[in-house]
Amino acid sequence: MLKLEGVSTGYGPVQVLYGVDLEVQRGEVLCLLGRNGAGKTTTLKAIMGLLALHAGAISLNGHDLSALPAHDVPKQGIGYVPQGRRLFAELTVAENIDIGLMTRNKGPATRDRVLEMFPRLRERLAQRAETLSGGEQQMLATARALCLEPSVLLLDEPTEGLQPSMIRLIRETVEAMRREGVAIVLVEQRIEAVLTLSDRVAFIENGRSREVVDTKTLDRTSALFKKYVGV
Amino acid sequence: MEFGPHLLLATLEGAVGAAVLALTALGLSLVFGVMRVVNVAHGEFYMLGAVVAWFVASAMSAHPAFGFMAAVLIAPAMAGLVAILADRLVLKRLHYDPEATIVATIGILYIMQQTALMTFGPEARPVAPPFNTRIPLPWLEYGENGFNLFYPWGLSTTSYKLFVIAAAAVILVSFALFLSRSRFGLIMRATQLDRETALTFGIPVERVYSLVFGLGAALAAFAAVLIVPIQQAHYLMGADPLLLSFIVVIIGGLGSLRGTVVAALLIGMSDGIISVFFSPTLAKILATLLVALVLVFRPQGLYGKKRA
Ligand SMILES: Nc1ncnc2c1ncn2[C@@H]1O[C@H](COP(=O)(O)OP(=O)(O)OP(=O)(O)O)[C@@H](O)[C@H]1O
Ligand SMILES: [Mg+2]
Repeated sequence: MLKLEGVSTGYGPVQVLYGVDLEVQRGEVLCLLGRNGAGKTTTLKAIMGLLALHAGAISLNGHDLSALPAHDVPKQGIGYVPQGRRLFAELTVAENIDIGLMTRNKGPATRDRVLEMFPRLRERLAQRAETLSGGEQQMLATARALCLEPSVLLLDEPTEGLQPSMIRLIRETVEAMRREGVAIVLVEQRIEAVLTLSDRVAFIENGRSREVVDTKTLDRTSALFKKYVGV
Repeated sequence: MEFGPHLLLATLEGAVGAAVLALTALGLSLVFGVMRVVNVAHGEFYMLGAVVAWFVASAMSAHPAFGFMAAVLIAPAMAGLVAILADRLVLKRLHYDPEATIVATIGILYIMQQTALMTFGPEARPVAPPFNTRIPLPWLEYGENGFNLFYPWGLSTTSYKLFVIAAAAVILVSFALFLSRSRFGLIMRATQLDRETALTFGIPVERVYSLVFGLGAALAAFAAVLIVPIQQAHYLMGADPLLLSFIVVIIGGLGSLRGTVVAALLIGMSDGIISVFFSPTLAKILATLLVALVLVFRPQGLYGKKRA
């Protein structure tokens, strides 16, 4: 469904990714795993069209995404939950959700469905995003991306700094989306979560893609974890 | 004239200046806030508005009110279009780099100024106000039989000056509503807060920038159309509003609508009052001093947010 072939890119003159290959199917959770600075966030930004590609191609169902201007990429149905949440801090919860809805012209039905998944947000619609707790902010970032009714969901360390109950909620959301057939790319550092949630794991090291393995072949003590993450 | 009536007169003059300044500074603040572009050519869009108003008004031979009405519609639209063109041809190609755009807008400033000199000429030219009734103002005096109302000689304003104040207030309130209620207002605020995330939610940031740059120029041009029946159009008239707008934006705080309006009232009123009682130069000195104090003690401005 979503496919990266030989993607090389970076920030200005600084090259970060060197020929990254990646593929994720509908109804599948692909976990992107690698050390800090390996290029996971950069890979997701490249998918979103935020970085000009030096080489390679990114396609969705055979359509070339890399040829589109950045603002047209999400309109193809790609929802993005960025690292650090990146909410529109001074806008209210309702306005942040409106921005998500506007991306693909979704209406009240989508809004209701999303708010049903995160009832806490419904109670705080008029509150500014920056005044939410960390967990609520993560809910909002996720809700905003789901407002696109995406067919591909990119989540960059969605459980960073959250307590167990909140992690469970995010996890349940990911599982629900998978059941609906969404293709999911998840950047996640906690081995526990990787093992229980993902279908396949793609390792990335120094901006290069390494092994891609079925999660069933892995366990807590796998050598691959030691090699690419150091745990 | 005695002090009291004189102060009232100065305050009214100051209010006209403040009203026009608030509109001009709002345009600068909008561009600065959303695009992070310091538009040094902002004063030239003001000048363009005045010059176009003169051309439009002198092309219409009917009652001055028609010429003025046409200018109100045409001049801001023209300035907006020129600004959008400048954005597409210049700023976009510089990728809105903060330093490069300063140099580029200085270039745009000279191009616009010289074009005005070549087409409009070096003279100052008036535009007739659409209406201009003299309105004498009353003053209270304590006399032998208590307070009594009288009309001191020379204490008056005109219906047009009151109209300028009202028109500016209407535009400011509509703009605030537009920003907080409309869909495009929401898009502008989101773009201002986080350009990259805006892109990942389908907001065509470059198109938003073009429109914001055009809107900023149109606000300046509208302010100039309002003032040109009072002050005349001249190809060098953009310098003062540019300086004052910068002062207002710095004092009010970046991208804060409320701060811009409050600072414009403060600077515009004191500029008017001090100019009447002392000298325009002293007014500018004090305003600049105030900027220095704000920069030292409250760099984010009165209503600005501290940058992380
Ligand atoms: N805006 C930028 N400009 C220049 N270099 C950058 C920029 N953003 C990231 N980098 C560099 O790109 C490399 C990869 O960064 P990236 O954020 O993709 O890592 P990551 O795998 O997401 O790490 P983490 O686990 O810490 O989030 C790093 O070396 C980083 O310094
Ligand atoms: Mg990262």
